[in-house]
Amino acid sequence: MKALVCVKRVIDYNVKPRVKADGTGVDLANVKMSMNPFDEIAVEEAIRLKEKGVVTEIVALSVGPAKAQETLRTALAMGADRAVLVQVDDGVEVEPLAVAKIVKGVAEEEAAQLIITGKQAIDDDSNQVGQMVAALMGRPQGTFANEVSVEGDAVVVKREIDGGLETVKLALPAVVTTDLRLNEPRYASLPNIMKAKSKPLVTKAPADYGVDVAPRLKTLKVSEPAVRSAGIKVADVDALVAKLKEMGVA
Amino acid sequence: MAKTLVWVEHDNASVKDATLAVVTAASQLGEVHLLVAGSGCAAVADEAAKIAGVGKVHLADDPAYANALAENVAPLIADLMGHHDAFLAPATTTGKNVAPRVAALLDVMQVSDILSVEGPKTFTRPIYAGNAIATVESSDPKLVITVRGTAFAKAAPTGGSGTVEAVAGPGDAGTSSFVGSELAKSERPELTSAKIIVSGGRALKDADTFQQIIFPLADKLNAGVGASRAAVDAGYVPNDYQVGQTGKIVAPEVYIAVGISGAIQHLAGMKDSKTIIAINKDEDAPIFQVADIGLVGDLFNLVPELTGKL
Repeated sequence: MKALVCVKRVIDYNVKPRVKADGTGVDLANVKMSMNPFDEIAVEEAIRLKEKGVVTEIVALSVGPAKAQETLRTALAMGADRAVLVQVDDGVEVEPLAVAKIVKGVAEEEAAQLIITGKQAIDDDSNQVGQMVAALMGRPQGTFANEVSVEGDAVVVKREIDGGLETVKLALPAVVTTDLRLNEPRYASLPNIMKAKSKPLVTKAPADYGVDVAPRLKTLKVSEPAVRSAGIKVADVDALVAKLKEMGVA
Repeated sequence: MAKTLVWVEHDNASVKDATLAVVTAASQLGEVHLLVAGSGCAAVADEAAKIAGVGKVHLADDPAYANALAENVAPLIADLMGHHDAFLAPATTTGKNVAPRVAALLDVMQVSDILSVEGPKTFTRPIYAGNAIATVESSDPKLVITVRGTAFAKAAPTGGSGTVEAVAGPGDAGTSSFVGSELAKSERPELTSAKIIVSGGRALKDADTFQQIIFPLADKLNAGVGASRAAVDAGYVPNDYQVGQTGKIVAPEVYIAVGISGAIQHLAGMKDSKTIIAINKDEDAPIFQVADIGLVGDLFNLVPELTGKL
C-alpha cells in the first residue's frame, strides 16, 4: 500500500511570530523555518507503518515555494522514499481548499491508499486540509489521530476528542490527520540526511493538476492581539487568599 | 437577510453549551436556523428550539448520524446549504472534523475559529497560535465557519420559540463506522464552561503528584482541571485536559496556572481568561508576563497551603 504524506514549511515552532508594521502579515524574513510539527508526526507514522510492512512506499508532498524542497528533504531523510513539490512563487500562500485539490490530484496520480497529514499547520491554524481532501475524494477521514492501525482493508483510528478518545473504523482508501500524541518523530541521522540528497524529488505546478490557487479569502489586515500587561506579585499565600476573597472566589 | 444554519452540538440527550456562542455569532449574520443531527435525538431538537432567537430547527434523526461521523453528516449539511447562506459550527473537535468536509463539498474556503463578525462576509480569526489576528473577507457565495466559543456571549438557552421540522438526509455513506469511545468521567466542571480552572504543568513531576497537588485545590474551588501540553505529553493527565493552541481554548473568570512556565502555545489557549493567577518557582517565567497575580515559590509547599487556607 502506498502512503502519501503531506508536509508544510512553516515558521519554526520555537520562534515568536512578529506582525509586520504595515499590517499585511507576519514577518517571515530571516526567520527560521521548519516542517510543521504535526506533519513530522505524519511522516513518522507513515514510516512506522512501512516498518510494520503495511505501507510499501512513502511519497512526501509539499505545496509551497522552492524552499519547501528543504522540508521535503527532511521527510526523505526521516525515511520517505520519494518527494513531490508542487511549487508556487515565493510569498504566495495557498489556501487549504486549493491545497486539498492539489493533494487529490497527486493522490490520484500516485494511487495512494492512505493519505496522512498533520491536523493543522501552526501558521494559519486552519485545521482543514485533511478533511477537505477526504471530502473531495469521497474518502473517510480519521482526524486528530492518537493511534492508527491497519486491519485488512480498513484503518482503525483512535481520535482525540474534547471528551476523551473515540475510535472509528474507516474503509481504505482513507485520510488520517495526526494529533500530538500519535508518536514521537525520529531525528534524521547524518547518513540518512546524506542519502536523502539523492532520493528523487520532482517539481510540479498547481496547473499540472488543474488547480487555481487564487485565494477565496482576502486578508484585509493582520494585527497584534490585545496585550495583557503583567499584574502584581504577592508575597505569600495569605496575600493570595486575601486577593481571591476580594474577587469573591474564596 | 442571510439565512444561517448552526450545528447543534449534543450527545443525543441534551444540547451542549458550545452551541450557544455559535447562535450568537450566527445571529450577527442573519436568521438563525439549527440542525440537530443524531439518533433518537428529538428531545435535543425540542430543547434547541427554546434557545433565544432561533427560527427553524431541522431534525435529522437517523442511526447513521448517531456519532456525528463526518462522512455521513457532511452530505446532509451540504444538501441543507442549498437553502442557507452560511453554516456555522463550534470550533470543538466535532465542529473541526465536520465543517471543512462540508466546505469542500460546497467548494467554499472555510473561515476557521472566528473571534468576531465584522461584516456580512468579514471576520477576525487568530493565526500563529493567537500571536496575530487576521481580518479576512470571504469571496465565496456561501460561508462555512467555525466559531471560537470563548469569543462570543452565550445565547440564552430558553425564551425562544423555534419550530422543529424533520429532515431526511442521504444517511450512511458506508465508508466509516463508530467503534467506541473512552470518555473521561468527572464530577468537576467541564473545562470549556468552568468559571474557575486550576491547571498544572510539567513541574508537577508525575501523575500521582499532579493528583495530590492540583485536584484538592480544584475541588475546594469547584474548579475544572487543565494542564499544559508538557504535562499531558508526560502522561500526568489524559489528552482532554490540555489547554493551548492545539488543545482546548478556555476563558474562565479565574485561571490558576501551577508550575506552568507559559509557552506561547499554552498562552494561546488561556490568555483571554478574566483573571490569571500564576504560581511558579521561576520568577522570570513568561507566565508572569500575562498573570494578574503572581506568587513566586515552591508549588509543593504553596499549593497545599493555599488549599488549606481556602
